[in-house]
Amino acid sequence: MPVVFIPPHARRFVNGQKQIEVEGSTVEKLLRNLETEYPGIWDTLCVDDALKPGLAVAVDGNMSNRGLHQAVQTESEVHILPAVGGG
Amino acid sequence: MAKKRVVTTKINGRPVEFLCEPRQTLLEVLRENLDMIGTKEGCSNGNCGACTILIDGKAVDSCLVLAVEAEGMNIETIEGVASADGLHPLQQAFLEEAALQCGICTPGLIMSAKALLAQNPDPTEEEIRFALAGNLCRCTGYDKIVRAVQSAAKMGCASAAK
Amino acid sequence: MATAESDKTGLSSKGKYKVIGTRPIRPDGVDKVTGRARYGADIRLSGMLHGAILRSPYAHARIKSIDTSKAEQLEGVYAVITHKDFPDASDKIAELGEGSVNLKHLSSNVLADDKVLYKGHAVAAVAAETTHLAYEALDLIEVEYEPLTPVLDVRKAMQDDAPILHENQRMEDMSPDATTSDKPTNIYKKFFFEQGDPDAAFEKAHIVVEREFTTATVHQGYIEPHAATAVWSAEGKVTLYTCTQGTFTVRQQVAELLGLPLSYVKVIPTEIGGGFGGKIRVYIDPVAVALARKSGRPVKVVMDRASVFEATGPTPGSWIRMKLGVDAQGKIVAGDTEIAFESGAYPVSPIGAGCMCVFSCYDIPDGRIIGYDVCVNKPHSAAYRAPGSTQVAFATESVVDEICEKLGMDPIEFRLKNASVEGTRRVDGVAYPRIGLVETIEAIRDSEHYQTPLAGPNRGRGVASGYWMNAGLKSSVTATVNGDGKVSLVEGSTDIGGSRASIAMQFAETLGIPMEDVVPAVVDTDSVGYTDVTGGSRVTYATGWAAYEAALDVQRQLCDRAAEFWEVDSSEVTYDKEDAAVKGPDGKSFGFVELAEKVTQASEPVVGRGVSNHNEPGGAFGTHAVDVEVDPETGKVKILRYTAAQDVGTAIHPSYVEGQVQGGVVQGIGWALNEEYFYDEAGVMRNASYLDYRVPTCYDLPMIDPILVEVPNPGHPYGVRGVGEVPIAPPPAAIANAIYQAVGVRMRHLPMSPPHVLHEILKKEG
Repeated sequence: MPVVFIPPHARRFVNGQKQIEVEGSTVEKLLRNLETEYPGIWDTLCVDDALKPGLAVAVDGNMSNRGLHQAVQTESEVHILPAVGGG
Repeated sequence: MAKKRVVTTKINGRPVEFLCEPRQTLLEVLRENLDMIGTKEGCSNGNCGACTILIDGKAVDSCLVLAVEAEGMNIETIEGVASADGLHPLQQAFLEEAALQCGICTPGLIMSAKALLAQNPDPTEEEIRFALAGNLCRCTGYDKIVRAVQSAAKMGCASAAK
Repeated sequence: MATAESDKTGLSSKGKYKVIGTRPIRPDGVDKVTGRARYGADIRLSGMLHGAILRSPYAHARIKSIDTSKAEQLEGVYAVITHKDFPDASDKIAELGEGSVNLKHLSSNVLADDKVLYKGHAVAAVAAETTHLAYEALDLIEVEYEPLTPVLDVRKAMQDDAPILHENQRMEDMSPDATTSDKPTNIYKKFFFEQGDPDAAFEKAHIVVEREFTTATVHQGYIEPHAATAVWSAEGKVTLYTCTQGTFTVRQQVAELLGLPLSYVKVIPTEIGGGFGGKIRVYIDPVAVALARKSGRPVKVVMDRASVFEATGPTPGSWIRMKLGVDAQGKIVAGDTEIAFESGAYPVSPIGAGCMCVFSCYDIPDGRIIGYDVCVNKPHSAAYRAPGSTQVAFATESVVDEICEKLGMDPIEFRLKNASVEGTRRVDGVAYPRIGLVETIEAIRDSEHYQTPLAGPNRGRGVASGYWMNAGLKSSVTATVNGDGKVSLVEGSTDIGGSRASIAMQFAETLGIPMEDVVPAVVDTDSVGYTDVTGGSRVTYATGWAAYEAALDVQRQLCDRAAEFWEVDSSEVTYDKEDAAVKGPDGKSFGFVELAEKVTQASEPVVGRGVSNHNEPGGAFGTHAVDVEVDPETGKVKILRYTAAQDVGTAIHPSYVEGQVQGGVVQGIGWALNEEYFYDEAGVMRNASYLDYRVPTCYDLPMIDPILVEVPNPGHPYGVRGVGEVPIAPPPAAIANAIYQAVGVRMRHLPMSPPHVLHEILKKEG
């Protein structure tokens, strides 16, 4: 099952867990499924069906620019990180 | 506003007469009045050298010269460096050595290097660095620019320039 | 230099590719060495007016009133605008591809709303017949200010009693506490990352070093000032000529700020005279558009140099506390850091990236990173080459050097022992794919430079590593095969340092044709598909990938056309890039040029299309070595020798890859030794000119020796990694470490300019 690394500011919704295994084939599905079990986490990370501004997704170490639509594999690691701008 | 003046010069070998305000710099007149945009403006206070031209063979920041001062002077700009036969050895060397990235400082650097090689056809690295110290480049770290000038000197740039 | 002479003969050093790895002359080169290339300020349109901008003399003040009537009456003035001429911007965040922007902040930054937040903040703008007249009109605009106390230092701005820039700003807490407060604050956001249990790990450490560092605000320093020229059509569409890193991001910002449909804004890129991250956000573009609309004439606005320093994005000044612990064998066991960045007048700064870079070079099992994004009365900070990475590398790599000294361990040996490798998990949680840090450390270790002992008094050698994550993002390319056998390659990435060449080379490689037969054109937003900014070290990687896809598309179309001519099935036809030919059954063959001609005469046009939206994995690393000599009488530091090793994946055009490394190193040297925004107490920058700000000149420097380490990126068809940004990160730390070796003082403030170095030397001597 994919593993979502819970960003520190959202851990209060998941009893302080740092990572959680959850079903889903996209980042959106993972977070929706997390929300069912841990209400509050969706609104902490997302707004208007997208990641909140300033946040980005990394899957298996790669920063993604597909946001919630990024596909994940069964063994994937998903991180929610600050969005980064380059020079 | 002060009255406009007529100024007579030679630019890149041709006689040029222009009308300008006393407050206009030579850089402004070249670019705005004469539409010679090859000479670039980076700071307009003599710091960056992007507007370097040659006046009577000497490298000068054209932003520090008032256009009215150019009366009777012999001016060379980047537009006059290549000839009908092709690029000047310095221009060729800049291309081959990849001595430019964004290219905005390139016209000024070529003019300063041209003045150097006319006076000193075989400069040391130190002499090149000293002669180009008034031309800022923010992209290249200067390494390839110094090599390009060295390479142009080897190609016999000074003789070709005449 | 580490690249072989034979490259110049036209063969790649590895012989793996025909075009990649060679050093052809760039397609835009001749225009740029003859003065024919058109940059931002070189645009001239019929009937064009000239714009000028009135700027705040105060670093912090409330605008009580603006009276533009006298300026409007001046003969030759056609329009005067203030913030009121912009529609009300919503508090919406717009994604700009590379980073995001709050539109309300952007709008207030372009022309101040109710407050000015830094000296030089734009307040009003004029369009007149000449530039001189426009500046005269500025003098006639009457602005009544209520001056407020400015706050200029990041730590002071974080204090409870600090003057507040934005009354409605509340801190967003990303730590597990997730505190909320109703109190106005200059802190926009608190970042937090933690791995393992750093507090427990420090307890067990053999050596712990904890230090504080500060760095001054510095500027990208591109030589070309911002310039924008706008012209409206009768049906309400606007065309904007501008020097930018990203035409599409300018289009988006202008459309949002002026309330225009995106498709009614056409952005035409001029050549661009440097950017380094500073030409992504708009400053004068919306002003030119608004002046042109109001005056009914084309308007050009060109910034002066002082305004570029005072009012466009510098990179943040910073305060950093850095604590590292190692065991007796020299293995890092714990790290703990707090980083505060001056975001400037508005959030956000590159603090998030700083947090992700700070421990990026090391395997730190237990670590904590806390970051603060803090508003101060300075211009809104912007991206600058590996944004955030240089500041934090200065802190980390300096403390690492101190630990090496305490351990009695060679800094190269220490780095090899602790370096991040494939699988290393960064403190922010991400695990690396295949990366090339170790190879860069080994390259420095084995370099002639490092193997040659440094002799002489007051001389020292320093080493440091650095990292940048590199971007992928979106790019589009189209390729039309012409009847003469050449290809027109249309792209949206503005060429800031030779990317026409690096993109064309990947295209040519894919078809097996000479690079000279590819004619690239960087075009406007109506003429090519969406393309993100030239930034994030992404263009050769991502637009190169799009060009590769376009070339594959051309291959497929050529095969289909040949199949028609031969009356065989397409599946029987293949493209042979070795011969640049299409081959069919029974030895049938068309050379590329031959088929191009035939297709043009008797078939549908061949137009290849390529897009990319990939994520560059891993990022890139560099390790640098520097020798310095310090004058103990003056504190002046001379760079004697500099070698920079970097994992570049595959060097497409090695000369321009070397150039990126050399240029980045020299910007890092400038940051290390001289460059700083020098403010007086009123918040006025006292050195807003090149030579007072003091960017490096030719005479300050030796040659910069790049070592290109090629660990092909598994996530790119040709193994490309972004190269532009990494090389700016290591220099300040490497130089600080060298200064310590030379004269025994630890420099913990940037710049390490003569007064600061001399101060430390005198302090040490008592």
